Amino acid sequence: MKATGGSLAGALAPGAGMAGGPGTAGEPARDVGFSVSLERYSGPLDLLLGLIRREEIDIWDIPIARIADQFLQAIHLLGLDEAAEYLEMAARLLRIKAQMLLPRRGDEEPWEDPRHELVRRLLEYQQIREIVDWLAVAERRRAECYTRGWIPSLPNLPPPPPELDLTELVEAVERVLAMMPDPVMVRVMPRPLNVEGATQRVMDLLAERESFGWRELLGTRPSIVDILSSLVALLELARGGILTLAQRKAFTPFEVARGPTYQAA
Amino acid sequence: MDQRTRLLEAALFAAPRPLALDELAVLDADATEDDWRRAVGELRDHYQAEGHGVELAEVAGGWQITTLPIFAEAIERAAFAARPAKLSAAALEVLAIVAYRQPVGRAEIEDIRGVSCGGVLRMLQERGLLDVAGRSEGLGRPILYATTPLFLELVGLAELSDLPRTEELAVALRTPQATEP
Repeated sequence: MKATGGSLAGALAPGAGMAGGPGTAGEPARDVGFSVSLERYSGPLDLLLGLIRREEIDIWDIPIARIADQFLQAIHLLGLDEAAEYLEMAARLLRIKAQMLLPRRGDEEPWEDPRHELVRRLLEYQQIREIVDWLAVAERRRAECYTRGWIPSLPNLPPPPPELDLTELVEAVERVLAMMPDPVMVRVMPRPLNVEGATQRVMDLLAERESFGWRELLGTRPSIVDILSSLVALLELARGGILTLAQRKAFTPFEVARGPTYQAA
Repeated sequence: MDQRTRLLEAALFAAPRPLALDELAVLDADATEDDWRRAVGELRDHYQAEGHGVELAEVAGGWQITTLPIFAEAIERAAFAARPAKLSAAALEVLAIVAYRQPVGRAEIEDIRGVSCGGVLRMLQERGLLDVAGRSEGLGRPILYATTPLFLELVGLAELSDLPRTEELAVALRTPQATEP
Protein backbone atom coordinates (compact mmCIF):
# COMPACT_ATOMS: atom_id res chain seq x y z
CA MET A 1 0.00 0.00 0.00
CA LYS A 2 1.28 3.41 -0.85
CA ALA A 3 0.79 5.33 2.34
CA THR A 4 2.95 8.38 2.32
CA GLY A 5 4.58 8.80 -1.02
CA GLY A 6 1.76 10.69 -2.73
CA SER A 7 1.50 14.43 -2.83
CA LEU A 8 -0.90 16.31 -0.64
CA ALA A 9 -2.87 17.44 -3.61
CA GLY A 10 -3.38 13.84 -4.60
CA ALA A 11 -4.52 13.00 -1.13
CA LEU A 12 -7.57 15.19 -1.41
CA ALA A 13 -8.36 14.61 -5.01
CA PRO A 14 -11.90 13.45 -5.75
CA GLY A 15 -10.92 10.58 -7.96
CA ALA A 16 -8.57 11.16 -10.84
CA GLY A 17 -9.29 14.84 -11.20
CA MET A 18 -6.09 15.89 -9.54
CA ALA A 19 -3.82 13.13 -10.64
CA GLY A 20 -2.57 15.18 -13.55
CA GLY A 21 -0.93 17.66 -11.23
CA PRO A 22 -1.57 21.27 -10.38
CA GLY A 23 -2.58 22.09 -13.93
CA THR A 24 -6.00 20.54 -13.48
CA ALA A 25 -6.62 21.98 -10.07
CA GLY A 26 -8.31 25.15 -11.20
CA GLU A 27 -11.76 23.69 -11.59
CA PRO A 28 -14.30 25.05 -9.13
CA ALA A 29 -14.76 23.16 -5.91
CA ARG A 30 -17.54 20.66 -5.96
CA ASP A 31 -19.43 19.95 -2.81
CA VAL A 32 -19.71 16.28 -3.54
CA GLY A 33 -17.12 13.82 -4.57
CA PHE A 34 -14.89 13.53 -1.55
CA SER A 35 -14.02 9.89 -1.67
CA VAL A 36 -11.26 9.92 0.88
CA SER A 37 -10.95 7.96 4.03
CA LEU A 38 -9.98 9.17 7.46
CA GLU A 39 -6.56 7.58 7.59
CA ARG A 40 -5.41 9.56 4.59
CA TYR A 41 -5.18 12.60 6.81
CA SER A 42 -2.72 12.61 9.61
CA GLY A 43 -4.37 15.64 11.20
CA PRO A 44 -6.24 18.90 10.73
CA LEU A 45 -3.16 20.66 9.32
CA ASP A 46 -2.86 17.94 6.69
CA LEU A 47 -6.49 18.41 5.69
CA LEU A 48 -6.14 22.19 5.63
CA LEU A 49 -3.06 22.01 3.44
CA GLY A 50 -4.94 19.66 1.14
CA LEU A 51 -7.76 22.20 0.78
CA ILE A 52 -5.31 25.02 0.13
CA ARG A 53 -3.59 22.96 -2.55
CA ARG A 54 -6.85 21.95 -4.15
CA GLU A 55 -8.09 25.51 -4.32
CA GLU A 56 -4.71 26.78 -5.55
CA ILE A 57 -4.75 29.36 -2.82
CA ASP A 58 -1.84 31.65 -2.08
CA ILE A 59 -0.77 30.56 1.36
CA TRP A 60 0.27 34.14 2.19
CA ASP A 61 -3.22 35.43 1.51
CA ILE A 62 -5.69 32.78 2.56
CA PRO A 63 -9.35 33.70 1.97
CA ILE A 64 -10.15 32.62 5.47
CA ALA A 65 -13.97 32.74 5.23
CA ARG A 66 -13.97 30.45 2.22
CA ILE A 67 -11.42 28.03 3.59
CA ALA A 68 -13.17 27.89 6.98
CA ASP A 69 -16.44 26.94 5.30
CA GLN A 70 -14.74 24.29 3.20
CA PHE A 71 -12.92 22.92 6.22
CA LEU A 72 -16.20 22.54 8.10
CA GLN A 73 -17.77 20.92 5.10
CA ALA A 74 -14.85 18.55 4.66
CA ILE A 75 -14.76 17.35 8.24
CA HIS A 76 -18.50 16.85 8.07
CA LEU A 77 -18.21 14.79 4.90
CA LEU A 78 -15.30 12.83 6.28
CA GLY A 79 -17.11 12.17 9.51
CA LEU A 80 -14.37 13.94 11.41
CA ASP A 81 -16.60 16.50 13.05
CA GLU A 82 -16.40 14.71 16.34
CA ALA A 83 -12.64 14.50 16.47
CA ALA A 84 -11.42 17.08 18.97
CA GLU A 85 -8.37 18.07 16.98
CA TYR A 86 -10.38 18.85 13.86
CA LEU A 87 -12.97 20.74 15.87
CA GLU A 88 -10.25 22.78 17.50
CA MET A 89 -8.92 23.77 14.09
CA ALA A 90 -12.44 24.59 12.92
CA ALA A 91 -12.89 26.86 15.94
CA ARG A 92 -9.54 28.50 15.26
CA LEU A 93 -10.50 29.20 11.64
CA LEU A 94 -13.82 30.69 12.68
CA ARG A 95 -12.08 32.91 15.21
CA ILE A 96 -9.67 34.17 12.58
CA LYS A 97 -12.60 34.71 10.25
CA ALA A 98 -14.28 36.83 12.92
CA GLN A 99 -11.10 38.77 13.59
CA MET A 100 -10.74 39.52 9.89
CA LEU A 101 -14.22 41.02 9.90
CA LEU A 102 -13.46 43.45 12.72
CA PRO A 103 -12.88 46.98 11.51
CA ARG A 104 -9.22 47.94 11.59
CA ARG A 105 -8.38 50.90 13.73
CA GLY A 106 -6.74 53.65 11.72
CA ASP A 107 -2.97 53.93 11.71
CA GLU A 108 -2.57 54.07 15.45
CA GLU A 109 -0.92 50.69 15.71
CA PRO A 110 0.35 48.28 13.09
CA TRP A 111 -2.28 45.73 12.18
CA GLU A 112 -1.32 42.20 13.02
CA ASP A 113 -2.69 39.75 10.54
CA PRO A 114 -4.73 37.19 12.53
CA ARG A 115 -3.76 34.56 9.93
CA HIS A 116 -0.10 34.99 10.73
CA GLU A 117 0.20 32.18 13.30
CA LEU A 118 -1.83 29.79 11.15
CA VAL A 119 0.40 30.42 8.14
CA ARG A 120 3.50 29.82 10.23
CA ARG A 121 2.14 26.50 11.45
CA LEU A 122 1.05 25.45 7.97
CA LEU A 123 4.50 26.16 6.55
CA GLU A 124 6.17 24.36 9.41
CA TYR A 125 3.92 21.38 8.90
CA GLN A 126 4.38 21.50 5.15
CA GLN A 127 8.10 21.19 5.66
CA ILE A 128 7.62 18.17 7.88
CA ARG A 129 5.52 16.62 5.13
CA GLU A 130 8.33 17.14 2.66
CA ILE A 131 10.74 15.44 5.02
CA VAL A 132 8.22 12.61 5.45
CA ASP A 133 8.11 12.12 1.69
CA TRP A 134 11.89 12.02 1.62
CA LEU A 135 12.00 9.54 4.51
CA ALA A 136 9.37 7.34 2.89
CA VAL A 137 11.45 7.11 -0.28
CA ALA A 138 14.58 6.39 1.76
CA GLU A 139 12.72 3.74 3.75
CA ARG A 140 11.46 2.10 0.57
CA ARG A 141 14.88 2.13 -1.05
CA ARG A 142 16.50 0.73 2.07
CA ALA A 143 13.88 -2.02 2.25
CA GLU A 144 15.23 -3.31 -1.06
CA CYS A 145 18.49 -4.19 0.65
CA TYR A 146 18.14 -7.21 2.83
CA THR A 147 20.56 -7.61 5.68
CA ARG A 148 21.14 -10.26 8.21
CA GLY A 149 19.14 -9.83 11.41
CA TRP A 150 17.17 -6.97 9.99
CA ILE A 151 14.37 -7.32 12.51
CA PRO A 152 15.71 -6.81 16.01
CA SER A 153 14.57 -9.49 18.39
CA LEU A 154 12.53 -8.34 21.32
CA PRO A 155 14.42 -8.15 24.58
CA ASN A 156 13.87 -11.09 26.89
CA LEU A 157 12.24 -9.36 29.80
CA PRO A 158 11.60 -11.04 33.16
CA PRO A 159 7.91 -11.33 34.02
CA PRO A 160 6.69 -8.18 35.70
CA PRO A 161 6.18 -8.34 39.47
CA PRO A 162 2.55 -8.75 40.49
CA GLU A 163 0.96 -5.40 41.04
CA LEU A 164 -1.95 -4.63 43.27
CA ASP A 165 -3.90 -1.47 43.00
CA LEU A 166 -6.70 -0.13 45.08
CA THR A 167 -9.41 -1.28 42.69
CA GLU A 168 -8.25 -4.87 42.82
CA LEU A 169 -8.11 -4.68 46.59
CA VAL A 170 -11.62 -3.29 46.75
CA GLU A 171 -12.80 -5.95 44.32
CA ALA A 172 -11.34 -8.65 46.52
CA VAL A 173 -13.16 -7.21 49.52
CA GLU A 174 -16.33 -7.10 47.50
CA ARG A 175 -15.96 -10.74 46.51
CA VAL A 176 -15.91 -11.67 50.17
CA LEU A 177 -18.76 -9.36 51.02
CA ALA A 178 -20.76 -10.82 48.14
CA MET A 179 -20.90 -14.06 50.10
CA MET A 180 -23.26 -12.38 52.49
CA PRO A 181 -26.87 -13.17 51.66
CA ASP A 182 -28.13 -9.60 51.51
CA PRO A 183 -25.57 -6.85 51.60
CA VAL A 184 -28.14 -4.06 51.80
CA MET A 185 -27.60 -2.16 55.04
CA VAL A 186 -30.15 0.40 56.05
CA ARG A 187 -28.99 1.50 59.43
CA VAL A 188 -25.56 1.80 60.82
CA MET A 189 -25.28 0.74 64.40
CA PRO A 190 -22.39 -0.41 66.47
CA ARG A 191 -22.19 -4.13 66.86
CA PRO A 192 -19.43 -5.61 68.93
CA LEU A 193 -17.17 -8.09 67.20
CA ASN A 194 -17.15 -11.53 68.64
CA VAL A 195 -13.39 -12.08 68.58
CA GLU A 196 -13.43 -14.59 71.41
CA GLY A 197 -15.94 -16.79 69.61
CA ALA A 198 -13.97 -16.57 66.38
CA THR A 199 -10.72 -17.35 68.19
CA GLN A 200 -12.38 -20.43 69.60
CA ARG A 201 -13.51 -21.54 66.15
CA VAL A 202 -9.98 -21.10 64.83
CA MET A 203 -8.50 -23.10 67.68
CA ASP A 204 -11.08 -25.84 67.21
CA LEU A 205 -10.22 -26.13 63.53
CA LEU A 206 -6.49 -26.09 64.24
CA ALA A 207 -6.94 -28.88 66.77
CA GLU A 208 -8.58 -30.93 64.06
CA ARG A 209 -6.24 -30.14 61.20
CA GLU A 210 -2.78 -28.73 60.71
CA SER A 211 -3.99 -26.26 58.11
CA PHE A 212 -7.16 -25.08 56.44
CA GLY A 213 -8.40 -22.34 54.11
CA TRP A 214 -9.54 -19.31 56.08
CA ARG A 215 -12.98 -19.26 54.50
CA GLU A 216 -13.81 -22.45 56.31
CA LEU A 217 -14.16 -20.26 59.38
CA LEU A 218 -17.09 -18.46 57.92
CA GLY A 219 -19.73 -21.10 57.33
CA THR A 220 -22.23 -20.76 54.53
CA ARG A 221 -24.01 -17.50 55.32
CA PRO A 222 -21.62 -15.33 57.26
CA SER A 223 -22.54 -11.86 58.45
CA ILE A 224 -20.15 -8.95 58.23
CA VAL A 225 -19.58 -9.31 61.97
CA ASP A 226 -18.57 -12.95 61.50
CA ILE A 227 -16.13 -12.03 58.74
CA LEU A 228 -14.52 -9.18 60.64
CA SER A 229 -14.38 -11.13 63.89
CA SER A 230 -12.67 -14.01 62.11
CA LEU A 231 -10.14 -11.74 60.45
CA VAL A 232 -9.27 -10.02 63.74
CA ALA A 233 -8.97 -13.37 65.48
CA LEU A 234 -6.69 -14.74 62.78
CA LEU A 235 -4.47 -11.66 62.88
CA GLU A 236 -4.25 -11.77 66.68
CA LEU A 237 -3.33 -15.45 66.68
CA ALA A 238 -0.84 -14.94 63.87
CA ARG A 239 0.81 -12.17 65.86
CA GLY A 240 1.27 -14.51 68.76
CA GLY A 241 2.81 -17.11 66.48
CA ILE A 242 0.05 -19.58 67.25
CA LEU A 243 -0.74 -19.83 63.57
CA THR A 244 0.79 -18.78 60.27
CA LEU A 245 -0.96 -17.25 57.29
CA ALA A 246 0.23 -18.00 53.77
CA GLN A 247 -1.05 -17.15 50.34
CA ARG A 248 0.23 -19.60 47.72
CA LYS A 249 -0.63 -17.41 44.73
CA ALA A 250 -1.99 -13.95 44.13
CA PHE A 251 -5.76 -13.71 44.57
CA THR A 252 -6.17 -17.14 46.13
CA PRO A 253 -7.66 -17.47 49.62
CA PHE A 254 -4.90 -17.61 52.21
CA GLU A 255 -4.22 -20.69 54.24
CA VAL A 256 -4.14 -20.94 57.99
CA ALA A 257 -1.64 -23.36 59.54
CA ARG A 258 -0.33 -24.17 63.02
CA GLY A 259 2.40 -21.77 64.03
CA PRO A 260 5.58 -22.22 66.08
CA THR A 261 3.93 -21.46 69.43
CA TYR A 262 0.87 -23.59 68.77
CA GLN A 263 0.02 -25.92 71.62
CA ALA A 264 -2.78 -28.37 71.46
CA ALA A 265 -5.40 -27.56 74.07
CA MET B 1 41.80 -10.85 -0.06
CA ASP B 2 44.14 -10.87 2.89
CA GLN B 3 43.36 -12.56 6.17
CA ARG B 4 42.14 -9.39 7.89
CA THR B 5 39.68 -8.61 5.12
CA ARG B 6 38.30 -12.12 5.37
CA LEU B 7 37.96 -11.71 9.14
CA LEU B 8 36.09 -8.46 8.53
CA GLU B 9 33.76 -10.20 6.10
CA ALA B 10 33.08 -12.95 8.63
CA ALA B 11 32.37 -10.44 11.40
CA LEU B 12 30.01 -8.38 9.23
CA PHE B 13 28.25 -11.54 8.12
CA ALA B 14 27.75 -12.70 11.70
CA ALA B 15 26.65 -9.36 13.15
CA PRO B 16 22.94 -8.49 13.15
CA ARG B 17 23.69 -4.76 12.88
CA PRO B 18 26.17 -2.41 11.22
CA LEU B 19 29.63 -2.49 12.79
CA ALA B 20 31.62 0.70 13.27
CA LEU B 21 35.37 0.80 12.59
CA ASP B 22 36.24 1.38 16.24
CA GLU B 23 34.18 -1.64 17.25
CA LEU B 24 36.29 -3.87 15.04
CA ALA B 25 39.34 -3.31 17.23
CA VAL B 26 38.41 -6.21 19.53
CA LEU B 27 38.72 -8.63 16.61
CA ASP B 28 42.44 -8.16 16.28
CA ALA B 29 44.58 -6.30 18.78
CA ASP B 30 47.34 -5.68 16.24
CA ALA B 31 45.16 -3.88 13.71
CA THR B 32 44.63 -0.13 13.81
CA GLU B 33 41.53 1.69 12.71
CA ASP B 34 43.33 2.54 9.49
CA ASP B 35 43.97 -1.14 8.86
CA TRP B 36 40.25 -1.79 9.22
CA ARG B 37 39.44 1.11 6.94
CA ARG B 38 41.73 -0.44 4.32
CA ALA B 39 40.06 -3.82 4.86
CA VAL B 40 36.61 -2.23 4.40
CA GLY B 41 37.82 -0.65 1.17
CA GLU B 42 39.21 -3.92 -0.08
CA LEU B 43 36.05 -5.86 0.73
CA ARG B 44 33.85 -3.23 -0.91
CA ASP B 45 35.98 -3.22 -4.07
CA HIS B 46 35.99 -6.99 -4.07
CA TYR B 47 32.20 -7.16 -3.97
CA GLN B 48 31.96 -4.61 -6.76
CA ALA B 49 34.66 -5.97 -9.01
CA GLU B 50 33.91 -9.65 -8.74
CA GLY B 51 30.19 -9.38 -9.31
CA HIS B 52 28.50 -10.46 -6.09
CA GLY B 53 24.90 -10.64 -4.93
CA VAL B 54 25.74 -8.50 -1.93
CA GLU B 55 27.47 -5.21 -1.37
CA LEU B 56 29.02 -3.30 1.50
CA ALA B 57 26.90 -0.40 2.71
CA GLU B 58 27.72 2.38 5.15
CA VAL B 59 24.77 2.61 7.50
CA ALA B 60 24.16 4.15 10.93
CA GLY B 61 27.81 4.96 11.50
CA GLY B 62 29.03 1.47 10.57
CA TRP B 63 29.36 -1.06 7.80
CA GLN B 64 26.95 -3.78 6.81
CA ILE B 65 26.63 -6.44 4.14
CA THR B 66 23.37 -6.00 2.25
CA THR B 67 21.81 -7.72 -0.72
CA LEU B 68 21.70 -5.84 -4.03
CA PRO B 69 18.42 -3.99 -4.68
CA ILE B 70 17.96 -5.78 -8.01
CA PHE B 71 17.28 -9.03 -6.14
CA ALA B 72 14.83 -7.50 -3.67
CA GLU B 73 11.73 -8.51 -5.59
CA ALA B 74 12.78 -12.13 -6.01
CA ILE B 75 13.72 -12.49 -2.36
CA GLU B 76 10.49 -10.82 -1.31
CA ARG B 77 8.43 -13.11 -3.52
CA ALA B 78 10.16 -16.18 -2.17
CA ALA B 79 9.56 -14.93 1.39
CA PHE B 80 13.02 -16.03 2.48
CA ALA B 81 13.39 -13.00 4.70
CA ALA B 82 10.94 -10.81 6.56
CA ARG B 83 10.97 -7.07 6.32
CA PRO B 84 9.68 -4.83 9.08
CA ALA B 85 6.21 -3.44 8.53
CA LYS B 86 6.21 -0.10 6.80
CA LEU B 87 5.63 2.86 9.05
CA SER B 88 2.43 4.88 8.87
CA ALA B 89 2.40 8.49 7.73
CA ALA B 90 1.81 9.57 11.31
CA ALA B 91 4.84 7.60 12.51
CA LEU B 92 7.03 9.08 9.79
CA GLU B 93 5.84 12.57 10.74
CA VAL B 94 6.88 12.04 14.34
CA LEU B 95 10.21 10.60 13.22
CA ALA B 96 10.79 13.55 10.90
CA ILE B 97 10.10 16.07 13.66
CA VAL B 98 12.32 14.26 16.15
CA ALA B 99 15.11 13.81 13.60
CA TYR B 100 15.30 17.55 12.99
CA ARG B 101 14.48 18.92 16.42
CA GLN B 102 16.08 16.42 18.77
CA PRO B 103 16.14 16.30 21.65
CA VAL B 104 12.48 17.25 21.57
CA GLY B 105 9.50 16.84 23.90
CA ARG B 106 6.09 15.46 23.13
CA ALA B 107 4.39 18.85 23.46
CA GLU B 108 6.47 20.37 20.66
CA ILE B 109 5.84 17.37 18.39
CA GLU B 110 2.11 17.62 18.99
CA ASP B 111 2.18 21.36 18.47
CA ILE B 112 3.75 20.97 15.03
CA ARG B 113 1.48 18.11 13.98
CA GLY B 114 -1.73 19.47 15.49
CA VAL B 115 -2.63 16.01 16.81
CA SER B 116 -1.76 14.03 19.89
CA CYS B 117 0.86 11.36 19.39
CA GLY B 118 1.34 9.43 22.62
CA GLY B 119 0.55 6.10 20.97
CA VAL B 120 2.83 6.73 18.01
CA LEU B 121 5.68 7.75 20.30
CA ARG B 122 5.29 4.58 22.33
CA MET B 123 5.23 2.42 19.20
CA LEU B 124 8.37 4.09 17.82
CA GLN B 125 10.07 3.58 21.15
CA GLU B 126 9.08 -0.09 21.19
CA ARG B 127 10.45 -0.52 17.68
CA GLY B 128 13.69 1.02 18.87
CA LEU B 129 13.54 3.94 16.46
CA LEU B 130 13.28 6.56 19.20
CA ASP B 131 14.73 6.69 22.65
CA VAL B 132 14.47 8.91 25.68
CA ALA B 133 17.32 11.41 25.55
CA GLY B 134 16.76 13.05 28.92
CA ARG B 135 14.43 15.55 30.46
CA SER B 136 13.81 19.18 29.69
CA GLU B 137 14.53 21.79 32.34
CA GLY B 138 11.11 23.27 31.61
CA LEU B 139 7.92 23.03 33.61
CA GLY B 140 7.16 19.46 34.63
CA ARG B 141 10.54 18.35 33.26
CA PRO B 142 9.02 16.63 30.23
CA ILE B 143 10.77 13.66 28.61
CA LEU B 144 12.85 14.48 25.53
CA TYR B 145 13.16 12.08 22.60
CA ALA B 146 15.95 11.45 20.11
CA THR B 147 16.41 9.09 17.18
CA THR B 148 18.46 5.89 17.52
CA PRO B 149 20.99 4.18 15.19
CA LEU B 150 18.12 1.88 14.22
CA PHE B 151 16.36 4.89 12.72
CA LEU B 152 19.39 5.48 10.50
CA GLU B 153 19.27 1.81 9.54
CA LEU B 154 15.58 2.09 8.69
CA VAL B 155 16.21 4.81 6.13
CA GLY B 156 19.67 3.59 5.17
CA LEU B 157 21.63 6.66 6.23
CA ALA B 158 25.23 6.68 7.41
CA GLU B 159 24.63 9.58 9.77
CA LEU B 160 22.02 12.18 10.69
CA SER B 161 23.75 14.86 8.64
CA ASP B 162 22.82 12.89 5.52
CA LEU B 163 19.23 14.00 5.99
CA PRO B 164 18.24 16.74 3.56
CA ARG B 165 19.15 20.17 4.86
CA THR B 166 16.11 22.29 5.61
CA GLU B 167 17.33 25.00 3.22
CA GLU B 168 17.16 22.47 0.41
CA LEU B 169 13.49 21.82 0.97
CA ALA B 170 10.94 23.69 -1.08
CA VAL B 171 9.48 25.49 1.92
CA ALA B 172 11.74 27.35 4.27
CA LEU B 173 11.00 26.90 7.93
CA ARG B 174 10.31 29.93 10.08
CA THR B 175 9.85 32.79 7.71
CA PRO B 176 7.51 34.93 9.78
CA GLN B 177 8.80 38.20 8.33
CA ALA B 178 7.44 37.08 4.98
CA THR B 179 3.88 37.02 6.32
CA GLU B 180 3.67 40.82 6.42
CA PRO B 181 0.74 41.76 4.21
